[in-house]
Amino acid sequence: MGEVAVKEFWRWKEYNWHDENKDWKGAATITAGVDVGSVSSQAVIMVDGELYAYSNMRTGSDSPDSARKAMNWALENTGMTLDDIHYVVGTGYGRVNVPFANRAITEIACHARGGNYMYGPTVRTILDMGGQDCKAIRCDERGKVTNFLMNDKCAAGTGRGMEVFADLLSVSIEDVGDMSLDVEEEPEPVSSTCVVFAKSEATSLLREGWSKKKVLAAYCSAMAHRVVSLLDRIDVEKDFAITGGIAKNSGVIKRLEDELKIKSLTSKYDTQIAGALGGALFAKSLVEKERKKGA
Amino acid sequence: MITAGIDMGAKYIKVLLLKDGEIVVKARESAGFEPLEAADNAFDNALSKAGLKRDDVNFICATGAGRSAVPFANDTVTEVSASARGTMHSHPSTRTVIEVGAEEGRAVKCDENGKVLDFAVNEKCAAGAGSFTEAMSRALEVPLEEFGKISLTSNKNIPMNAQCAVFAESEVVSLVHAKTPKADIAKAVHDAIASRIVSMVRRVGINKDVALIGGVSYNPGFVDSLNRGLEVEVIIPEDAEYVGALGAAIIAEERGK
Repeated sequence: MGEVAVKEFWRWKEYNWHDENKDWKGAATITAGVDVGSVSSQAVIMVDGELYAYSNMRTGSDSPDSARKAMNWALENTGMTLDDIHYVVGTGYGRVNVPFANRAITEIACHARGGNYMYGPTVRTILDMGGQDCKAIRCDERGKVTNFLMNDKCAAGTGRGMEVFADLLSVSIEDVGDMSLDVEEEPEPVSSTCVVFAKSEATSLLREGWSKKKVLAAYCSAMAHRVVSLLDRIDVEKDFAITGGIAKNSGVIKRLEDELKIKSLTSKYDTQIAGALGGALFAKSLVEKERKKGA
Repeated sequence: MITAGIDMGAKYIKVLLLKDGEIVVKARESAGFEPLEAADNAFDNALSKAGLKRDDVNFICATGAGRSAVPFANDTVTEVSASARGTMHSHPSTRTVIEVGAEEGRAVKCDENGKVLDFAVNEKCAAGAGSFTEAMSRALEVPLEEFGKISLTSNKNIPMNAQCAVFAESEVVSLVHAKTPKADIAKAVHDAIASRIVSMVRRVGINKDVALIGGVSYNPGFVDSLNRGLEVEVIIPEDAEYVGALGAAIIAEERGK
């Protein structure tokens, strides 16, 4: 008997991208941001203030190693090496453990700055729904943080909570959102806040004959509700944007928008790179400042 | 007079029969997905062990989260009252009862008659309940029984950063990857849940004697961490898991008169 591969439904796809039409060799400024989160890590490379390459991977148990891996993957097939990058900013939960970073900046500041770039200067509220935390950030037209609130104590309302549910229901994490919207009637949200208890509740609902879709709808709705109560404490001001992995879950986003009665902006950029992108933008400002001083 | 106490716990249903104040029999059934069916089975089990029929029981009192759904119960009583009365039965000097079950934790302050003066409950978050240790022992791939024991062999203090059970699971996995001995991880887990319980108990005050009841009291690693956290040696009544059912049966005796 061979080993039976168990499908890990929570396991989202890791990926990298670079702009093949861009020639970076003559660039004046090449900067990077590396966001080592508690669940995922991203590296973003910017060439003269424009997005050039990025990667998104699962964070391993070792932060420096995760940072290196994300960076190397973003650099893959670009012909660029770490030495070509003028300035690197580390951010995220593991920001002090990015060995090749010139500086560490908090993920709150980076998300606001990245969100400003991704969604434009009209954004005043950014909700970052990350792997192990959820942040509501208010910012000005330059992407400077004016206020923020976060939950990083409890898995309810985080990506990790959603992964647990995807696994419980054997539904690929990428499919959760759309499946949850495919219900005839919106069920009551799952009543337990704690993800551990919500799991038992969901199991009981399945036993009662609820379809997976209906249970997912009940969970997505509970998550949306939970996040709205965080947002209520910070006063959502338009324009509103959502970043992070959960921003890709239509089931949570639709319910969240309905409850808030505010539509969120969409962007051509990947919602998971906001932090690293902000880091790369800070890096650009910093390297330019240093050059001015030197001149 | 024969009375029954039924404790509808999140994980186990406990039944206890009392005859003129003396414990006749105890029975337990996994709650599973059909807690009412399990309650029926546990009750029948207890009756057959005692050689009794349902008609022989004068009064039945149910307690626990699903208490109001038990069709054959004559009355219900809150977990808080049942825990206090059940504990006082064997340990009348108790003034603080700590109960840690699968999905909740409680601290009850009571007077010399077992009357409840104040209480604090956590039923919202797994971080202060038995589910937490269970999830961690699974993450560590150590059976729960052993998990409690190996914890006692460690003298390391590794703080857990995560409070949430879901996040703590990832933290345990990281500790395993970092080659941390399992005993040290087990102790870190027990210290973490004990510290949540201690802060809950502080809300009602730590008044001696302090008793610990509920299924998690069977875990020596947790008890050790709790004693250190409280700076008090807790009393653990015999069959601490059945104390709620006992309290309900005692209250049934009063109400059935």
